[in-house]
Amino acid sequence: MMEFILGKYNYLVCILLMMIGFYAMIAKENLVKKVIGLNIFQTAIFLFYISVSYMEGATAPVVWQGQEGVLYGNPLPHVLILTAIVVGISMTALALGLIIKIYQEYGSIEENRILELNQLEEEQNLKRAGR
Amino acid sequence: MEIIESTKPIYAILISFFATFLIAFAARSPNLRESWTVIAALIKFGIVMSMLPIILAGKTIEYNLLTVMPGLDIAFRVDAFSMFFAITASTLWIVTAFYCIGYMRSLKEKHQTRFYMCFALSLSAALGIAFSANLFTMFIFYEMLTLVTYPLVIHSQTAEAVKKARRYLVYLLGTSIVFQLTAIVATFYFAGTLEFIPGGILAGTASDMVIVVIFILFIAGIAKAGIMPFHVWLPEAMVAPTPVSALLHAVAVVKAGVFIVIKILLYVFGVDLLAELGLGLALAFVASFTIIAASVIALQKDNLKARLAYSTVGQLSYVVLAVSLLTPAAIAASLMHIMVHASSKITLFFTAGAIYAATKKKKISELDGIGKQMPLTMIAFTVGALSLIGVPLFAGFITKWYMATGAIEAGHLIFVGVIIISSMLNAAYFLPIVRAAFFKPLPEGEHPKVKELSGYTAFTVVPLLITAVMVVALFFVAPWVMVLAQLVVASVIGGS
Amino acid sequence: MIANIIENIPGLVVLIVIIAASLIPLVGKSRPVLAWGIAVIAAFLSFIMSLYILNVVMTTGKIRYWFGNWEPPWGIEYVFDPLSAFVLTLVSFVGFIVLVYAKKSLEAEIDPERITYFYALYMLFIGGLMGVVATGDIFNLYVFLEIAAIAGYALIAVGRRREALMASFTYLILGTIAAAFILIGIGYLYMATGTLNIIDLAVILPEIYQSKVVLIAFAFFTVGLSIKIALFPLHNWLPNAYTYAPSVTSIVMAAIATKVGAYVLIRVMFTVFGPEFELTVVHVTEVFLVLSVVAMIIGSVLAIAQTDIKKMLAYSSIAQVGYITLGIALMNVTGLTGSIMHILNHAIMKACLFMVVGAIVYRTGITHIHDFVGLGKKMPYTMAAFTIGALSMIGMPLTVGFVGKWYLTLGSLEAGMWYIIPVILVSSLLAVGYLWRLLDNIYFKQPENASELKTVKAKEAPLAMLIPTCVLALLCIVLGTFAYLPISIAEEAAKVLLRY
Repeated sequence: MMEFILGKYNYLVCILLMMIGFYAMIAKENLVKKVIGLNIFQTAIFLFYISVSYMEGATAPVVWQGQEGVLYGNPLPHVLILTAIVVGISMTALALGLIIKIYQEYGSIEENRILELNQLEEEQNLKRAGR
Repeated sequence: MEIIESTKPIYAILISFFATFLIAFAARSPNLRESWTVIAALIKFGIVMSMLPIILAGKTIEYNLLTVMPGLDIAFRVDAFSMFFAITASTLWIVTAFYCIGYMRSLKEKHQTRFYMCFALSLSAALGIAFSANLFTMFIFYEMLTLVTYPLVIHSQTAEAVKKARRYLVYLLGTSIVFQLTAIVATFYFAGTLEFIPGGILAGTASDMVIVVIFILFIAGIAKAGIMPFHVWLPEAMVAPTPVSALLHAVAVVKAGVFIVIKILLYVFGVDLLAELGLGLALAFVASFTIIAASVIALQKDNLKARLAYSTVGQLSYVVLAVSLLTPAAIAASLMHIMVHASSKITLFFTAGAIYAATKKKKISELDGIGKQMPLTMIAFTVGALSLIGVPLFAGFITKWYMATGAIEAGHLIFVGVIIISSMLNAAYFLPIVRAAFFKPLPEGEHPKVKELSGYTAFTVVPLLITAVMVVALFFVAPWVMVLAQLVVASVIGGS
Repeated sequence: MIANIIENIPGLVVLIVIIAASLIPLVGKSRPVLAWGIAVIAAFLSFIMSLYILNVVMTTGKIRYWFGNWEPPWGIEYVFDPLSAFVLTLVSFVGFIVLVYAKKSLEAEIDPERITYFYALYMLFIGGLMGVVATGDIFNLYVFLEIAAIAGYALIAVGRRREALMASFTYLILGTIAAAFILIGIGYLYMATGTLNIIDLAVILPEIYQSKVVLIAFAFFTVGLSIKIALFPLHNWLPNAYTYAPSVTSIVMAAIATKVGAYVLIRVMFTVFGPEFELTVVHVTEVFLVLSVVAMIIGSVLAIAQTDIKKMLAYSSIAQVGYITLGIALMNVTGLTGSIMHILNHAIMKACLFMVVGAIVYRTGITHIHDFVGLGKKMPYTMAAFTIGALSMIGMPLTVGFVGKWYLTLGSLEAGMWYIIPVILVSSLLAVGYLWRLLDNIYFKQPENASELKTVKAKEAPLAMLIPTCVLALLCIVLGTFAYLPISIAEEAAKVLLRY
């Protein structure tokens, strides 16, 4: 059992991080905390990819003359994750941009407060329309 | 059987479709607009009649328009059976076209252009149903008929009309989507085709259980035939102007319903299959119940149109009852009753409309002495009523006679009883009206002289006289009509 | 030169849209008209190219295009089979026709200085979706999905009302979770097979069906994609996103965003994992069946409860997604054909309906259905288009909506699941319920107080908006009447997917 845990500890860490991020995204009211959760969640996946391609004692996949037979890590997951990081950053940027706009419009970044305000507005609209 | 390929049925359908555009463009000039309607009606009648000699010679006309999906074609076939419905609808449209002019103008109705457009379209749909060669084509026109009659039902746009029209739509569209479409899909799945073939396509393709389910789905899905409990929409539809009730809810729409029921019984299931599974008998009992129940309800209605509507429900089930007896005489009677009931009931509805247009009276209790004000109208009403009761010298007698013969042929005397009881009930709800009209004094303060034949009112009275004459004439030309009916009977029963 | 271009059309079809997206902010900064012009031209060219691809695929079979001539698995390839060519044509067509419509609508709904950027994001959105459809590399698919998604969040957020911001944010959070799930799924697949190329995956996976890793990958894919297509009960993001977005965004999102999600679901289930996997290893189809049925009913019922037309159409989209997944769950050619036909139907019909809503908003600013009284007289052509779209949604014969439903019903019978049929048809009936209430208001209801009517000043929509709307309405009928052609493609696609 112990061996199983130690042997796959990288996955366990990934899953732990993922769950922390997931929790923050779902349960936190503060929008910025949600975005932080989102980042943790994504980073956990990045770690997962990278740890998969890690090998004991391997070097970067740069092969030069006379150095054949060298053990090197699989470069593809790293490349993929570079792309995914770019995606993640643009997502974060967009989310933070949205939060700024939300703060300007509502004066708050607490989700329940914002939904409350939306509700209020809708009720007022209905009242004004006389229904 | 010889098959002739011809586009005539398509022209017959399209003529009123094109008339819609002409009517729309002539919206500002009522006279031109109405003349388009009349011209279209005449041309349509001409095309339909031009096909009659071919059919009487024992040939059929076919035309395959296009294939929509693999296995689903839009195709038309004209045979003797189609002609029953097509002739009835196209003849009565001419009369109704004139009647509309009188009724709509004397009541100064609004939205008349929309009214005439939808009217023409619904005739297209009715003929489409008459001429369709497969279930898919028929389904298209069935739904089209529902959709284009909707604006006619909601015509007055009052809160009541909106409510009733919506129920009309839910009943007709709902049953057709949920039950009829399921039945069609199942037929297609089991039989591999949707074509109408004399003798049926379903025999031997699925287990008895499945066929019974499909049968029930079909009968429930064709709410237009007004079989209880799917008749509710018909009395509701009476909120429409009277010409609509007359042509559509006594002729085109409801006759389309029973026409389809017959078509499905004879051309999808086939006589043999129905007899084998006892489905004909089951349907005959449902129809009998509808006949009696509708007549009893009709007795209690004071609104003239409502009473006529329930009478229609009952009379439609006559057609269904007759065909479900599955004997040659009964099937012939059922086909003929389509024509007979159409001409009789349209006369009655025309009278109801003429009375309303001239005096604004809607209720039977207000009709005391009306025979003195509108003698011609009420004579026509008497003719229509006597025909539906089944008195000799009027068309209705013939069909009841054959129906009774058919019931005896089939060995089910109970249905003879049903016919007799319902005839008595018919008499019970029609004759008091006649009596009140002719033999009761007018209420105090009403002038006995209403100008029955002046102005637009004349347009409402003359058509109903014509249809009354038709009712009597049908009695005398019945042998020739029976020739046509025999053609149908021979094709669906001849094989067995 | 020409030959060179024709040879590279499978790559250019997506590239041209993305290039246009990056060009627009550079040249059109102060001149939105120029931006619009570039966008329209690019989208049109892309549509023509996708038609060409569809034609080639249907006549000669699958196209494989290697970017920069790098052979997979080293390079990224684009693969066009009947399904992807079909969906690609649909996406590029809707993308083009909505752009024609967009000009007037955006001028009325968006700040003038933002219009140029809106076009840039719009092109990125379309380009992303087209890339998803075109690519034959599963990681590339994820990237394109995210490009489209990020552009989509921004397109929603520029809506007029402040609710749009929160709708966009909610969508962003859920969309990112979905994308992350897909990313994990891809990671597991890569771990198990060592390749990202879809064709290679399809070859390798059957050998390791029983592996837990493959199972987990599949689970992550289906959950992630179910969020993307808003399959009940993962639909929470959709109604607000459609409702508060600008009209143009609503049209394009409702028409093709979820459809491309459905495409990916089909691709993953049938091409990557293969129909055998669903039939023998995981019985996911039963889950999909139940969820589709619930979605079809609940979506329609919720649509009836709405009084805002955009929200009503949004809930109806949730029901329509149920139809699509139902066809997938049936696992036979007829059902899958129905599903693909329903993708076509829903794209065209929903685009048409949302365009009508956009036109109403443009002329009157109302979206509450009780205010629609009298519109039938004021905007006759627009409302005629709406009627046709509504009939197609109900599934009247001779409209394209009927075709999809016919095949779905027939497919359920073939699969021996006759009890699905009432659900399909009752859901159509519920559609009659919510659409007819609207049509009654538009055509037949008498105003209680004529002076208070909000439609008094309405008049027919400008031609630039009217023509695209009417074209789509006509397509609903043409594709429903001459259904042979789309069906032949859809059926071919279904056969390829189910490996017949």
